[in-house]
Amino acid sequence: MAKMSGAQILLECLRQEGVEFIFGYPGGAVLPIYDALYDYQDIKHILVRHEQGAAHMADGYARATGKVGVCLATSGPGATNLITGIATAQMDSIPIIALTGQVRTTYIGKDAFQETDAIGISMPITKHNFLLRRTEDIPRVIAEAFYIARSGRPGPVLVDIPLDVSLGKIEWDPSQYNRNVDIPSYRPTYKGHEMQIRKAAQAIKEAKRPVLYVGGGAVQSGAQAEVTELSERTNILVTTTLMGKGAIDENHPNCLGMLGMHGTAYANHAVHNCDLLIAVGARFDDRVTGKLDQFAKYAKVIHIDIDPAEIGKVVHCDIPIVGDVKTVLRELLKYVEPRPATEWNRQIMEWKKRFPLIYPKDGQMHAEYVIDEIWRVTEGNAIVTTGVGQHQMWAAQYYKVKRPRQFITSGGLGTMGFGMPAAIGVQLAFPNEKVVCIDGDGSFQMTVQELMTAVVYELPIVVAIINNRSLGMVRQWQELFWSERYSEVDLQASPDFVKLAEAYGAIGMRVTKAEDVEPALREALSQKHKPVIIDFVVPTEENVYPMIPSGQSIEQMMLRKDLEQLRATVDTDGEEWSFADQDAILKQFVEQPSRQ
Amino acid sequence: MAGMNGNGREHQHTITALVQNHPGVLARVAGLFARRGFNIESLAVSVTENPEVSRMTIVARGDDRVIEQITKQLNKLIEVIRVVDYIEHAAVERELALIKVNAEPKDRSEILQLAEVFRGRVIDVGEKTFLIELTGGPDKIDAFARLMAPYGIREMARTGVIAMARGTKTA
Repeated sequence: MAKMSGAQILLECLRQEGVEFIFGYPGGAVLPIYDALYDYQDIKHILVRHEQGAAHMADGYARATGKVGVCLATSGPGATNLITGIATAQMDSIPIIALTGQVRTTYIGKDAFQETDAIGISMPITKHNFLLRRTEDIPRVIAEAFYIARSGRPGPVLVDIPLDVSLGKIEWDPSQYNRNVDIPSYRPTYKGHEMQIRKAAQAIKEAKRPVLYVGGGAVQSGAQAEVTELSERTNILVTTTLMGKGAIDENHPNCLGMLGMHGTAYANHAVHNCDLLIAVGARFDDRVTGKLDQFAKYAKVIHIDIDPAEIGKVVHCDIPIVGDVKTVLRELLKYVEPRPATEWNRQIMEWKKRFPLIYPKDGQMHAEYVIDEIWRVTEGNAIVTTGVGQHQMWAAQYYKVKRPRQFITSGGLGTMGFGMPAAIGVQLAFPNEKVVCIDGDGSFQMTVQELMTAVVYELPIVVAIINNRSLGMVRQWQELFWSERYSEVDLQASPDFVKLAEAYGAIGMRVTKAEDVEPALREALSQKHKPVIIDFVVPTEENVYPMIPSGQSIEQMMLRKDLEQLRATVDTDGEEWSFADQDAILKQFVEQPSRQ
Repeated sequence: MAGMNGNGREHQHTITALVQNHPGVLARVAGLFARRGFNIESLAVSVTENPEVSRMTIVARGDDRVIEQITKQLNKLIEVIRVVDYIEHAAVERELALIKVNAEPKDRSEILQLAEVFRGRVIDVGEKTFLIELTGGPDKIDAFARLMAPYGIREMARTGVIAMARGTKTA
């Protein structure tokens, strides 16, 4: 048996875990690992410009592929720079492994150069973490780290590797690596309880006004076919969370789009008035529920989730089912009987007509128009990443995805700067797919240095900056809830994004007129080896609607002021529908609380 | 659908968690309580009959939903093997206290008598103090401390509650 260094053993373990890329940045405490990488052919290292970028790239890679993403940083500042990226992955349950260098075990606790307590710092933002103390522990710990990251409710795992552990040499043969991990204190539940599943089927049968509320768990579990079949068989309409986008084809007539603060009005009306809420891999986030005692207040709740701690965490649940979404839905489909579309379906469609998702097509280049055009030009096939803010919400509303893992966004943590590095991770995983980062002028500047990474690795990502020269979402809140006192939201002073792109060796374009959007997008999407930055100069003072203000209910929902006019312009099919009629139906629905 | 907050009566619960005896596991449990805003009244940790397993006994306050979240979040920690909430079981609870109380010559026999009633033991006699060792449920120790208070308690240390189910049932 050959003697191998800890660093060599580490790389061999990663290879056996199927790792294709390590996103990383070298430094003193990881020198042995970088030395081992120097002539290691099986894993490609992607040199980033800031460790935060490495974490987001690993995260974007993981979200797009469903595999575990890996990032690597040195001790001290290298580790702390990963933290935002790890926290982003934790909030959205994304499986990544963060490998951090650490000072020698004999120096730990002595305030050595570039020493920081990576374990302590990352404890609240990881699913689990490990401090390696001996070279011989590397294979077991790496196997456990990957197993924990990808199983159950996925999440990030940090492995802290002291210098002497990666330097140490032991006799080890790669055939000894064992991926079949069993941790007695960690055994996730995949199969749902049969009695509970039968109860759920019965509740679905008895419900008059059911709604499916589908979240990121359905995406992670790959349950698009099951969600769609359940919806089609029962004619129960589906609303998804931001993380659930793609759990059903958003072009499907049964899809109501996103719910919550910036969700569609019709999805929110449906949830508000339903008598059965079927929550599938969703966690009742405050951006979804708003005021809790008003949220789905007439509904019985079925909650399917792989994490038992999510059940009953925020809302009361009548029929809890702990298990993997896909596995549970397959079982459920054995018991669920077909049901016809009812008056309730018609009611929701009325709401859809009455409160459409709409923006003015007046020849001006509105943000929504740009996103709509990106959707049209890419034929809804691009993998989209986003930053955080108004552009993210518009992208969620108007970029209708067809499949899971096609819309990649920081939902829980809301990490500005996530979009471009995530797009790099996605493009590396899928060299032949069109990858578009819909970004904001604020978000883009938070991780702009990774443009260099995209240039170096010749990745043809398209970054569409929805540039309103403002921190638009904060500006919107200040306009609506803080008496238009615009405090520190002006981003007029930004670099020339075209020149900036060119300085990095990327292609820069600026678009100011609606008619130029499509040609610019076509040119950008035709690139094969260079990233393209398109600076879409959109109006500053536009808001994302609908909006349910934070902590409030659907009664406070704000719609665009010009909704009626806009609706008149599109409603050209001459179909008649009456509000008086609709209000009567609504009343009849709303005034019969069904809860026992 | 009702919200989850502040809608139940608070109770004191004794929760035992069997955990893998790894470095840092106490920090994980303590961090979890702090992060999620759960209140710990006491916490006692030590190794069990199996040197790879430690036993943590946590006394926490909360309504049923808070306690349910505590047990679920504890179970979610990778190194937590099992969690038992003893409010549902017949269990024995014990605590050890060391109490250093002022013991002037005129008070000594009285203090000794009280200690005897509570089955406490004087384990150190100083010129002006007694050091008394006492075991029992938390209420008994509270009661004894109240009785000692008039003499002047100089120092008191309590281990926090440890608990175990009666009969053959184990955690």
